[in-house]
Amino acid sequence: MSGRRLTWPQRLALAAPYLWLAVFFAAPFAIIVRLSFSQSVLAQPPYAPQFDFGAGLADVLERVREFTVDNYALFFSDALYVQSYVSSLRIALLSTALALAIAYPMALAMSRAPARLKPALILLAIAPFWTSFLIRVYAWIAILKDEGFLNAALKGLGVIDAPLQIFATEAAVVIGIAYSYLPFMVLPIFNALDRQDRSLVEAALDLGASRASAFWTVTFPLSLPGVFAGALLVFIPAVGEFVIPDLLGGSDTLTIGRTLWNEFFANRDWPVAAAAAILLLAVLVAPLIFFERAQMRAEGRR
Amino acid sequence: MTNRLGYGGLLVLLFAFAFLYVPIGLLVAYSFNASKLVTVWGGFSTKWYASLLQNEALLSAAWVSLRVAVASAFIASVLGTLAALALARYGRFRGRTAFAAMIYAPMVMPEVVIGLALLLMFVTLDVERGLWTVIIAHATLGMCFVAVVVHARLARFDRSLEEAAMDLGAGPVQTFALVTLPLIAPAIVAGFLLAFTISLDDFVLASFVSGPGSTTLPMRIYAQVRLGVTPEINALSTLLLGFVGVVVLLGLAFGRLLRRRG
Repeated sequence: MSGRRLTWPQRLALAAPYLWLAVFFAAPFAIIVRLSFSQSVLAQPPYAPQFDFGAGLADVLERVREFTVDNYALFFSDALYVQSYVSSLRIALLSTALALAIAYPMALAMSRAPARLKPALILLAIAPFWTSFLIRVYAWIAILKDEGFLNAALKGLGVIDAPLQIFATEAAVVIGIAYSYLPFMVLPIFNALDRQDRSLVEAALDLGASRASAFWTVTFPLSLPGVFAGALLVFIPAVGEFVIPDLLGGSDTLTIGRTLWNEFFANRDWPVAAAAAILLLAVLVAPLIFFERAQMRAEGRR
Repeated sequence: MTNRLGYGGLLVLLFAFAFLYVPIGLLVAYSFNASKLVTVWGGFSTKWYASLLQNEALLSAAWVSLRVAVASAFIASVLGTLAALALARYGRFRGRTAFAAMIYAPMVMPEVVIGLALLLMFVTLDVERGLWTVIIAHATLGMCFVAVVVHARLARFDRSLEEAAMDLGAGPVQTFALVTLPLIAPAIVAGFLLAFTISLDDFVLASFVSGPGSTTLPMRIYAQVRLGVTPEINALSTLLLGFVGVVVLLGLAFGRLLRRRG
């Protein structure tokens, strides 16, 4: 496949973003891959000077060439790491499901709202996305804590006697992720539902279908592409999430993102952190490729 | 078309928007709480805002964050616009697939991975970490978002306008400056705002690549939040919400102004 020849001004314009991404995105990525196969000894001391990178790139590459799969083996032999892997996926799946359970009825109601209200509803659904992520997660600490708003409200209503322990558990993490990424789920589903031809449902009703069966046989199947897109947009960041499990989860709420963080910052074991990064991407490869394809297809369709 | 929302739908919307906004609302309301206990109302007070102004560490971190956000959003806007032009206008040039992949990948890649990768890069190149390394990290992520926003705009507008300018004797640079740029300006503004807010909000990337003296506001907030919920953080959050809200509104108004003139 021979590419189109570009003119010189075009090449110059392309060179800047291309080189930037090559140096600050592609190359670092190659370094992570290499480091994940190198000896832990290399990175035992905490910081950069001891890392010996100062001694020159050749020296580093020399050492990195001493390949080892120990860092990966660790992840499959140590129960703690296996657990972090499994619980990352479980948390991501549960929070995607929770976000879907909230977003679908919401998107459905939005798509049925009067046309003049729709732009305002869409704006209201996206606006929280523009506010600080950290602050939105922080808000949930005050709500879910043992002496927080939720427990106070439930106690006030006489629903519970002893406070529910939600904060510092996996449930809190799931709620936090579903809340933070809700706009990503609502918008694709709303778009899919809003674009639907209403006459299809009317035809089903005319032919004797009940409202419920018209929904399940016509409306819902037609909205599936939106559901799928939304689920990916929540699931992908949820798997690699660090901030939410760290702030809302307990010390036993392990995720890959947290493991990577701790190996890097607390244990100063950079090769193991790099291996965690690669394994994290391995989980995401299938959804990522799917996402890229969808992007490319959307781009080609115009 | 009749309104088919019904009471059930209305109830759903009410609940859903309550879920979205009550946490933020509580946060703002309790920033005016006189009590030190964050969840017990002790009367109206603005003392937490006053004590905020005395917190040197927070103020200096806010100043760092602001400078990083402006610089990185500016770089991201320039690079992202160039990238969008290449994607939308250069046809199937060699290396396009790899280029497009590099644009989309950072947006879906976990931040912990990008942060770790960039840090290893800086260490390999023996670059001293500080303000600039944070700016580079944020610009890299931001440019991808700018590229997508501007690309969407480029894909939508009528290409014959550019061709007409060329036919009338304008060179490529002139065509870009007089025709293309005014048309995509609102999208560039929107992209700038997106990159700006992403930078202002980022904790993970900054934690990896910042050095001594370049602690950003989210890093400070995070450190304090881990120690517990304090009314001071509520006050700070409220100010930040207000600041971003004003910036976004001004940006959108500016974008609309550009569109009307364009």
